[in-house]
Amino acid sequence: MNAPPGLPGRLLAASGSVLAYLWSGWGSLASLFLFMAAWHALAMVLGSLILPTPVESLQTLSRLLHDPLAWEDIAITARRALTGFLLSLGVGSAAGMIAGISLTASMMSRPIVTLLVGMPPIAWLVLALLWFGAGDGTPVFTVFVATFPVIFVGAMQGTRTLDGQLRELSRMLGLSFAMKLSDIYLPHVLSYLFPAWITALGTAWKVVVMAELLSTQDGIGAALAISRSHLDTPSSMAWILALVGSLLGVEYLLLEPLKRRLESWRQWDESRP
Amino acid sequence: MNTLPSRYLQLQGISHRFGYQRVLSDIALTVHPGEAVALVGPSGCGKTTLLKLAAGLLDPWAGKVDNHFSRTAMMFQTPRLLPWKRTGENIALGLKALGVGKHERQLRSAKLARRMGLTPADLDKYPAALSGGMQSRAALARAFAVSPDLLLLDEAFSALDVGIKSELYALLLSERALNDSAILMITHDLMEAIRLADRILVMAGSPGQIVIEERIDLPAQARDEDWLFTRTAHFLRCPEIRSAFGLPGTKKENQS
Repeated sequence: MNAPPGLPGRLLAASGSVLAYLWSGWGSLASLFLFMAAWHALAMVLGSLILPTPVESLQTLSRLLHDPLAWEDIAITARRALTGFLLSLGVGSAAGMIAGISLTASMMSRPIVTLLVGMPPIAWLVLALLWFGAGDGTPVFTVFVATFPVIFVGAMQGTRTLDGQLRELSRMLGLSFAMKLSDIYLPHVLSYLFPAWITALGTAWKVVVMAELLSTQDGIGAALAISRSHLDTPSSMAWILALVGSLLGVEYLLLEPLKRRLESWRQWDESRP
Repeated sequence: MNTLPSRYLQLQGISHRFGYQRVLSDIALTVHPGEAVALVGPSGCGKTTLLKLAAGLLDPWAGKVDNHFSRTAMMFQTPRLLPWKRTGENIALGLKALGVGKHERQLRSAKLARRMGLTPADLDKYPAALSGGMQSRAALARAFAVSPDLLLLDEAFSALDVGIKSELYALLLSERALNDSAILMITHDLMEAIRLADRILVMAGSPGQIVIEERIDLPAQARDEDWLFTRTAHFLRCPEIRSAFGLPGTKKENQS
């Protein structure tokens, strides 16, 4: 952060932070390989019918991925998960912020949110099957309903905790409504929204597969159901790898860099919530 | 031009209460252009409430606040810098609100920051990477960036060590002279009031009232340490002030 000001300095700092981000991946890789080793050891004991080794699973996965139909399944699942997630990102963030501004609204919404959080996704899935049948509607709705409370609570907390001191400051400086929003409210609320979005994204990926497994004829969930019925453990493992891999891809290539970019100030401010 | 009565702050018959608790009772006070007024009083006498009323952050329960200054800035007890903005952007925030262009406000805030002892490298840092003293300098710079003709100070220096305090006093006085700003400050530090103010109002009681008014004619720049200690000691012997702060031995001081 001690880079000289001006464009070259900023560029240097930016490329430095990209390198630092990539370099920080070594730690994650090391722990991932340790996990693989443990998995391999367990697979040796149990035999490949019960637990295929990581190499076997990866081989099956690469064979699967040669089939364009598999890519289609992954794309379908990603589309459903992202649609539900984006819906609840938009609706949940907006509704949460509105609820945060009004004390009455936040008091009224609290028990409803508790109810929504406590309701298991599988129960929603049963309802969604009755309402939407076996189409895209069921997984998208289930994802939406499962991720909405997480985002809603994040947005509401962020808005509620905005410091009265900062409100006074913005009044004394005579900030316009647009400036209050862009310079005070949004940066503060974003720091609550981002963790909520990431949690919700993970939930979306889990829930969509569950919904597909029980309700649809295509997507990763349906493929899992088929490989289960064939007692094909390696391809089940391969599908699980595909699922986790696509989630990690979205999170670490999209959300995490965005978060780092927007919250670069936070590395100096670790003591805050 | 400052003799024109067109710019002033006047509080008339101000009373205020929070719920059923009365905090201020019948306060009248005027700040003239270029004048530095200090409100001194013990904690809990309603100083901060009075300043918020003057700033327009609160509406009085009774009475009238007329602020005829064209630009009012405020410096708070804590720096209140936005943690997500670099120090330079924080200083320029008031200028941005006034619609000053990006290049112009960077130039102006950098110039002001240099006078405040902040380097360009400091301006490029986030506030959390600065020391407390540097943050206070930035907060002072932010207040003066809009060239205010009235500056409100809410115990702005109370949390700083003596060295930084005296540097900030000097910066405050020089910027004040440059902008010809009037100042309304509240403090519980008598010596700070005597060092900076042209007029000192002592508040006491609950609900708070102004009990004494004292004028200091020596210009602030001409006040040295010796004068300051003598004057403070003299002030502290005054029985009304002793009772306002709840100091013991009011009678004994009366005899001497």
